[in-house]
Amino acid sequence: MSAVAFDSISVTAGGKTIVDGVSLEVERGEWVSILGPNGAGKTTLLRVLAGTIGFRGEASLDGRRLGRLRRREAARLVALVPQTPVVPAAMTVAEYVLLGRTPHLSPLAQEGAEDRAAAAAALTRLDLDGLADRELGSLSGGELQRAVIGRALAQAAPILLLDEPTTALDIGHQQQVLELVDRLRREEGLTVVAAMHDLTLAAQYGDRVVLVDRGRVVAEGSARDVLTPERVEQLYAARVRVVDGVVVPVRER
Amino acid sequence: MNAAREHGFPAVAAPRVGVPWTLVALAALLGAVLVGLLVGPVPIGVGEIARSTLARVPFLSVATPLDAAKEAIVWELRFPRVVLGALVGGMLALSGASYQGVFRNPLADPYLLGVAAGAGFGATLVIAYGPPGVDGFILPLASFAGGVAAVFAAYLIGRSVGGGRTTATLILAGVTVAAFLTAAQTFVQQQNSDTLNEVYAWLLGGLTTAGWSDVLTVLPYVAVSAAVLLLHRRTLDVLAVGDEEARSLGLDVTRVRLLLVAAATLGTAAAVAVSGLIGFVGIVVPHLVRLVVSSSYRVILPLSVVVGAAFLVLADVLARTILSPAELPIGVVTAFVGAPFFALVLRTTRSSA
Repeated sequence: MSAVAFDSISVTAGGKTIVDGVSLEVERGEWVSILGPNGAGKTTLLRVLAGTIGFRGEASLDGRRLGRLRRREAARLVALVPQTPVVPAAMTVAEYVLLGRTPHLSPLAQEGAEDRAAAAAALTRLDLDGLADRELGSLSGGELQRAVIGRALAQAAPILLLDEPTTALDIGHQQQVLELVDRLRREEGLTVVAAMHDLTLAAQYGDRVVLVDRGRVVAEGSARDVLTPERVEQLYAARVRVVDGVVVPVRER
Repeated sequence: MNAAREHGFPAVAAPRVGVPWTLVALAALLGAVLVGLLVGPVPIGVGEIARSTLARVPFLSVATPLDAAKEAIVWELRFPRVVLGALVGGMLALSGASYQGVFRNPLADPYLLGVAAGAGFGATLVIAYGPPGVDGFILPLASFAGGVAAVFAAYLIGRSVGGGRTTATLILAGVTVAAFLTAAQTFVQQQNSDTLNEVYAWLLGGLTTAGWSDVLTVLPYVAVSAAVLLLHRRTLDVLAVGDEEARSLGLDVTRVRLLLVAAATLGTAAAVAVSGLIGFVGIVVPHLVRLVVSSSYRVILPLSVVVGAAFLVLADVLARTILSPAELPIGVVTAFVGAPFFALVLRTTRSSA
C-alpha cells in the first residue's frame, strides 16, 4: 500500500485554481521531491497532504481516506516542517519539541512520561541535548531548523513533509539538514515528501522528483530523466546547463 | 534531572507553575485579602478577625470578640467586597491572558472584541431610560447582555469576511463593533445629561455596591469560564506556533478559538456586569507573570488568576481609602498603576525583540 495516494486533486482559492488535477503516488520509505517554479503549487500540495486545507479529488494516507480522517488522526500520520515556521521566541527548545506530541494527547491532557521520553529521544537524535533549555529566539538558522525537525520527529508520524527545508541555510547547513533527513528516513523508516527550490540539491537527494507548473504535474521520474536543460529553461525561464545530472545556472555572454 | 541525564537523554519537562511561585502567589493573595479585611474607617484587628472566623467554624467553641455592628462590617461589607474584587480581578486577568494567546497579540485585553463597548451601551440605556430604583437588578443584566451581544456580532462579521480562519479580520470586526456601540453609547449619554454622573461612574468601574448577592451573581459564570480556559492552557501553547502549524499538529484551530473566545467573553461580561469597566488588569497582570516567571500559558493562566485577584483587591483598598470617605473609581487606580507599567512592558518587549 502506498504511503500517499493522490487521485486528481484540485485546490481552488479565491476563484483561482492553484492545484489542477494532480495525481501522485509515494511508496513507503520513499523520498519524493516536488519541484517547480515559484507559485507552481508546491506548498499547496504539501498543505493538502498535511490536511490543513480543503481540496477536491481523492487523497489517502496509508490507505485511509484523508477527508474522513479527524485532525488529530491526520497529524499522527503526517508531520510538517514549514518553510517559515512561526517561532515563539521565548519558548525553550525542549518545550517546542514537546509540542510535537499534541496529536498523541487527548485534547485537555498534559504530556505524560511517554511523551517526555519521545521528546527527549528526538532531542538526542537531532543533537539538540545541549540546546534543550535555550530559547528559540536565541538560536541560529541551522539550530532552529533542527529544532523544527525535532518537533516533527517527536510527532512520530510515518510521513514527513518538508517545505523548502534549505531556504534560509548556508551551503554547509543545507547539506547537513538533508543528510540528517535522509538518515532519519532510513533509520526510522520515514516517507519523505519535500518541496524543493534548489534543483542542484534536489537532484542529489531523494529517489524521485515530481516537476509541477501552474498546478499540474509536468514530468516525474528520476532527477536525471526529469531535469533536462530544455525543460528547466522553459519552466523557470532560466539559462542552465546540466552537468552529470546536476543543474548549473549559467550566465549568457 | 541527573537521573535522566545518566540514561543518556536530556530531561524534558512540560512547563508548569513550580511550588515556589505557587506559594508566592498564594501568599500575595492571602496578604491582599487580609489588608482588604483590615483596612477601613472602623479599626478591627487581625486577632479579632481571626477569632471571629474561628467562631464561624461549626463544632469549635470559640466566641467572636466583635459586637454585632463589627461582625456585620467584616462579614457583610468588607468580606463580600474582597471576594468580589478577587473574582473580578482573577477573571479579567485570566481572560486577558487567554485573549493574548488566542490572538497571538501581546496587546490584546479582555475588551478587544467589544465586550466593554457593548456592556457600556447596555448599562447606559438602563441608567438613562430605566425606571429609577431597579438599577441594582437590571443594570448587571443589561451590561452582560450588551457585552455578549457585541462580541457575538463581531464574531459573525469577522466570520462573514474571513471565514473565521484569520484572527486579523476578527480583531478588525471587534474594533468596528466597538466603535459603533461607543458612538451609540455616547449619543444616549449626551441626550440624557441628568444621568451623566451615574453613567460616568459606572464606566470607570467600582465594587461599591458589592454584597453577597453580587458575588453569587457572577460566581457561576466565572467558575465555568475559568474552568474552560484553565483546562485549555496547553492548547494556548500550541496556538503560539500559528494557525497553520497548530492545525498540522492536530488542533481544530477554528473550533478551539471559538470556544476560548466564548468562555473569556462570558466571564468578562459577568465581571463587567457587577463592577463596570475596570481597565488594565487584563493586560498588566499576564505581562507581569510573563516577564517574571515564564512565557508558557501553562504558567501564565493559573498565576494570572491569583495575581489578578490580589491586584484588584489591593487596588480596591486604595480606591476606598485615598479620598475616604469618598471613593475613587477603581478603574482610575488600576490605570494609574497600569499605565506606567504598560510603558515599561512596551520598552522591555521592544528591546528584546
